[in-house]
Amino acid sequence: MQRMMVWRSWAFFILMSAASASHAILSIEIIGSGENQIPITVVPFTGDAKLMKDVSAVVTADLQRSGLFKLIDAADKSPKELHEINYADWVGIDNLVIGSVHELPNDRIEVRVRLMDMTKKKELLAQAVSARKDQMRAISHRVSDLIYEKLTGDAGVFGTRIAYINRQGRDNRLVVADSDGYGEQAVLSINEPIMSPAWSPDGSHLAYVTFELGHAVVYVQSLYTNQRIVLANFSGSNSSPAWSPDGKHLSVVLTRDGGSQIYIVRPNGTEFRRLTFGGAIDTEPNFSPDGQHLLFASDRGGSVQIYRISVDGGAAERLTFEGGSNFSPRYSPDGKSFVFSHHSGGRFYVAVQDFDSRQMQLLTEGGWEKKPSFSPNGKLVLYSSEAKSRGILATVSSDGRVKQRMFPQSGDIREPTWGPFLRK
Amino acid sequence: MKKLVMGFVLLNFLAACASDAPPVAEETAAVEEVAPVVEVAPEEAPVAMAEPTPAAAVMVDPLNDANSLLAKRSVFYPFDADSVPSGDKAIIQAHAQYLADNPNRSVRVEGNADERGSSEYNLALGQRRANGVKKMLMLGGAKASQIESVSFGEEKPRATGHDESAWSQNRRTDIVYRK
Repeated sequence: MQRMMVWRSWAFFILMSAASASHAILSIEIIGSGENQIPITVVPFTGDAKLMKDVSAVVTADLQRSGLFKLIDAADKSPKELHEINYADWVGIDNLVIGSVHELPNDRIEVRVRLMDMTKKKELLAQAVSARKDQMRAISHRVSDLIYEKLTGDAGVFGTRIAYINRQGRDNRLVVADSDGYGEQAVLSINEPIMSPAWSPDGSHLAYVTFELGHAVVYVQSLYTNQRIVLANFSGSNSSPAWSPDGKHLSVVLTRDGGSQIYIVRPNGTEFRRLTFGGAIDTEPNFSPDGQHLLFASDRGGSVQIYRISVDGGAAERLTFEGGSNFSPRYSPDGKSFVFSHHSGGRFYVAVQDFDSRQMQLLTEGGWEKKPSFSPNGKLVLYSSEAKSRGILATVSSDGRVKQRMFPQSGDIREPTWGPFLRK
Repeated sequence: MKKLVMGFVLLNFLAACASDAPPVAEETAAVEEVAPVVEVAPEEAPVAMAEPTPAAAVMVDPLNDANSLLAKRSVFYPFDADSVPSGDKAIIQAHAQYLADNPNRSVRVEGNADERGSSEYNLALGQRRANGVKKMLMLGGAKASQIESVSFGEEKPRATGHDESAWSQNRRTDIVYRK
């Protein structure tokens, strides 16, 4: 019996219409694969020749990059509808994706996608996604997310965004891009260094640090209007912004009272409250997903190590002990572990540590690997690396099995950070 | 000390006499002790240079004296350290004395760090280096109001290589006189 198909429609809008677009990522390289790859075939979508080719390519690349799928070519078979599928043709293929692209009025396009379980001969998914025609990549990422979610049970992050700094000589750009590095948009372009971009939990704002005023100052910028405010501009250095999960506070590091110490502040730059009190450097605060604790890096014990403190202050607990130093901590989305930079023997590694077991696990082979951050589903870690004397973007799966390197067209990539799921 | 003060009185006097000429610019090339004061004269009004006389020696702003410790504006640090090495302390002392003698002058103390570690930690480390130099300047007689301490962390490296020869250049605090 064939279930009656219900097309659920899902329209969405993309941020940062005011920002300028360009293309920064030159090439993507994938190393390794997941333990049990799911064999899947994406049949080229039907419809307008150019559009369907683009959509099919993005969806295929997304699934490929995750490392969880074994992409098998459709060869010359191209079923367009359910009744055209001859199951005998697809032995060894667990899942089949078929779809079509349609042009709608008002410069919009709609992508219809179906996902089949080929062993059970059952339809797993039938959905339509529509958006403005110039948002073809966003629509395609959404289709990839739908497939990923259905097959893995985890939320997909293909449609999420990342932020990073692209530095070329004196030219510094704060860039927001799709998680695959495409669709790059510069939201700030200045001739002074930019540091430490931090996403608001709803993805609507970025906090960051620049040296435009001759010293480090923290700003908060809306990605809808590109308007920004000065969050902290005290004497000395103002830096390391991070948002609380409810978006009602940020943590920052100020030297207004002497050394680098952690403070909590409202997003409009009022109600500063000092959280740490000491003579050591306390920096890189990061809120726990429940908003009750912060991780931070401190040299209070001699070397730089990672500590945890209650959002209400009090004593801090040291969490890392191995290697030369450990810093740049970020909570996992489920709050059960944290990812950080591990420095040992002149090399920098991406490492993860479980709060329960307290065991550190290295996710990378080491090199010039810094500023790791989790994808919002916790399955990937984004970090900056170096190859051919250039700063590049890299990701590693949270089990360390699949790595990906993204090479910029020009300049160095620094300080990447993965953005949140966009609320619907 | 007395000599310095006198030098300044003379210098100011000379500057006041040359009605159209601007005061001696700080960019003036460092001069030998026996050299005359080099006036940067406006092009439309060439001014004859002063005759080299022994008295001219005291007219030199010691800040522009290449042989003075004041010509050194940077101190360097070992990895992850923030106290000025003993060999460089005399440089800070000299600037402290100059600032004490010239309360109208002010400086920016700019801390820097090499690129190892995180950018945020390096910003904090650079700030601690700059704050340390500020403290030494104040102990040497300079006033807090004459000194602003800032950090560039690893963001503005003087040398860009990924090795110790570059890093040692970048673990640095600069004293920059305001115009």
